[in-house]
Amino acid sequence: MEILLILIPVSLFLGAVGLVGFFWLLKRGQFDDPEGDANRILNGDYDDKPKR
Amino acid sequence: MASTFEHSSPAVCPACSVTPAAEALAEAPKDARLMLSLPGIHCAGCISTVEKALAQVPGVHEARVNLTLKRALVDAGPEVTAEDLVKVVESAGYEAHELDPGVLASTAADRSAKDLLMRLAVAGFAMMNVMLLSIAVWSGAEGVTRDMMHWISAAIVLPAIVFTGKPFYVNAWSALRHGRLNMDVPITLAIWLAVGTSLYETIHSGAHAYFDAAIALTFFLLAGRYLDYRTRASARSAAQELAAMEVPRALRLAETGTPETVGVGDLAVGDRVLVRPGGRVPVDGTVLEGTSEIDRALMTGESLPAFAGPGTAVSAGEVNLTGPLTVEVTAAGEDTALHRIADLVAIAESGRNNYTSLADQAAKLYAPGVHILSALAAIGWYLYTFDLRISLNIAAAVLIITCPCALGLAVPAVTTAASGRLFRKGMLIKDGTAMERLAEADTVVFDKTGTLTMGAPHPVGLDDLPVDAQGVALSLATVSGHPLAEALAGALRDMGRQPTPLTDLREVPGYGVEGKWNGRPVRLGRASWMGAEAPALTATFLQIGDEPPQAIPFTDSMRPGAAAAVAGLKANGLRVILVSGDTRGAVERFAAEIGIDEVMAEALPDQKAARVAELAEQGARVLMVGDGLNDTAALSAAHVSISPASALDAARVASDMVLLGKDLAPIADAFETSVKARARIRENFTIATVYNIIAVPFAIAGLATPLVAALAMSSSSITVSLNALRLR
Repeated sequence: MEILLILIPVSLFLGAVGLVGFFWLLKRGQFDDPEGDANRILNGDYDDKPKR
Repeated sequence: MASTFEHSSPAVCPACSVTPAAEALAEAPKDARLMLSLPGIHCAGCISTVEKALAQVPGVHEARVNLTLKRALVDAGPEVTAEDLVKVVESAGYEAHELDPGVLASTAADRSAKDLLMRLAVAGFAMMNVMLLSIAVWSGAEGVTRDMMHWISAAIVLPAIVFTGKPFYVNAWSALRHGRLNMDVPITLAIWLAVGTSLYETIHSGAHAYFDAAIALTFFLLAGRYLDYRTRASARSAAQELAAMEVPRALRLAETGTPETVGVGDLAVGDRVLVRPGGRVPVDGTVLEGTSEIDRALMTGESLPAFAGPGTAVSAGEVNLTGPLTVEVTAAGEDTALHRIADLVAIAESGRNNYTSLADQAAKLYAPGVHILSALAAIGWYLYTFDLRISLNIAAAVLIITCPCALGLAVPAVTTAASGRLFRKGMLIKDGTAMERLAEADTVVFDKTGTLTMGAPHPVGLDDLPVDAQGVALSLATVSGHPLAEALAGALRDMGRQPTPLTDLREVPGYGVEGKWNGRPVRLGRASWMGAEAPALTATFLQIGDEPPQAIPFTDSMRPGAAAAVAGLKANGLRVILVSGDTRGAVERFAAEIGIDEVMAEALPDQKAARVAELAEQGARVLMVGDGLNDTAALSAAHVSISPASALDAARVASDMVLLGKDLAPIADAFETSVKARARIRENFTIATVYNIIAVPFAIAGLATPLVAALAMSSSSITVSLNALRLR
């Protein structure tokens, strides 16, 4: 059962990493236009003025 | 002395104080962020076409299309106007409307949606971890291990539940303070009773802790709340979007006579405004100079343009057709006839808001029922065992098991799925209960001009004219910007006619166009100009030399999808009525063409509303479809209402749903979808009730372990959500 002392903090830590990652994505606007982003990958055009 | 001098200077020269400000405005041109609504885009190709077309406009720095919201955001220099961009996008083959980004910057709404999403994420994180720990308990952990699991769960859940449940606590508290019960009261009670008894059990090394159930309850309810919020937020932004669609500007004539573009809000009574041909009159006023014809269709529903000359009163919203008009402002902004009607509509709307939605009906039954049930269970167990701990445990179990989460998800999941489906078909839902009300409709009242028709006429019977007369008519028609002339020219060109060379061509604003053909005077224009009798139909007249003038009649072209919408609604067993302010002949001919049997012609705005009210009194649930200012009263009097995107903003504000594109066909779809949505909502309530009926006896009997609670809650919520998704 001592293994729990390691496993529980590890699982909590991994969950927290996911949570923080989600907040980061939310802040970066990754969910602003999901449909557009899904379609843009089909686009053959070259981006002449990429965002820096 | 000096100070006195400085003080008096503004009074000496009023322009001095204004000029620096104007210069400052002119010197520091700011880059504009323009926003366009693009109802027609749907694919990767559309994105790149629109973005490329916009990027090629000189002055545009960056253009980005948002496919999810069907919008384009353009960063451009100050010289670029949204009007130009709309034209560019339209020439690329997509419908576009201007949006006012200032009005759309609904940052507050965005922030609360993000806030809810963050709480949802935290609740999800806490729930997953606690469930993981609970599995150990369910699979038979005992003694110290179980206690440790409970303590860790408590450590995760307590802060999480304080943070994530805040929206419920706030709502519950405000309801209790006003002596009412809402859904949030049993929710708050269930959460805190569950957490409280679980904490007590954990301290005393008890077997049952409901931490997982409490946080799962919060998670599912937050999910429902978030979906609900998103539908409502999109509804709110729809209303804003519509108000923003008509960005009002006016050309004010300065003292020197030079026109300057100003916002309508800056106009004052007594200002002189130039209304160019093709422009919309921005204010109420009287014509000072110029003659023209004005299209009053949006105000009165008449399809025939009226004459306007010095002294004619014009109202905001009318369209100037042929000649430039100088209008003296008699009322601007909030005081115009248009705004007064919009205010009346707002009052009428507030009267309609007492509609009780299915969710409200369910909450009214549910909230007191649950409280009574759990109180009875607690009292019963206390009398049976005289053990407060057991009776409180039972009360918490009952509150948790009667799981309002399925109920909380039942309506928002369905409305989200249904409104998403309708948005893809080109319809925006502005009101949360509109879908339910649409499902109840049994009678449809259509307006004609601008709703079932495009509001754009096309000529008929051109073959009756001699070929040379057709050529003459074409050359005359190309001179004018009058919609009848433009339509005539377009139709003649389509027939392959070439313009006959004419001399001395000139437009007589308000009357028509004249010229000389082989030395004979030729005229195209109003009946009264040539001494002909005006017919009941929309028509223009052609006179060659001394010959009697010949009438060229026009009919309005039908909106795409109009016939399909009418046929679809009829196929669903709805009674379809056509009510129009137009002349009887025009309305009846059109009704026969589109297949509507019941007709009411020459209806004044209040008669339209009265007709709708009369139908409602006879027990009918009326769906009103209209676009004009003359329809707004009827739109707000109806049980539910729809207007096209081209409608006047007052009409769009008054209606519950708005069509995004030109096509009317989504109306029939919307009706079918709403009927299905209502059926799904009812099914969801049934599912939630069945779960409760099965689970509640277990809870009251004291058999509801945390495992049973978790299973009942998750399975009912998932069933309800999946049932809603069948709509997509």
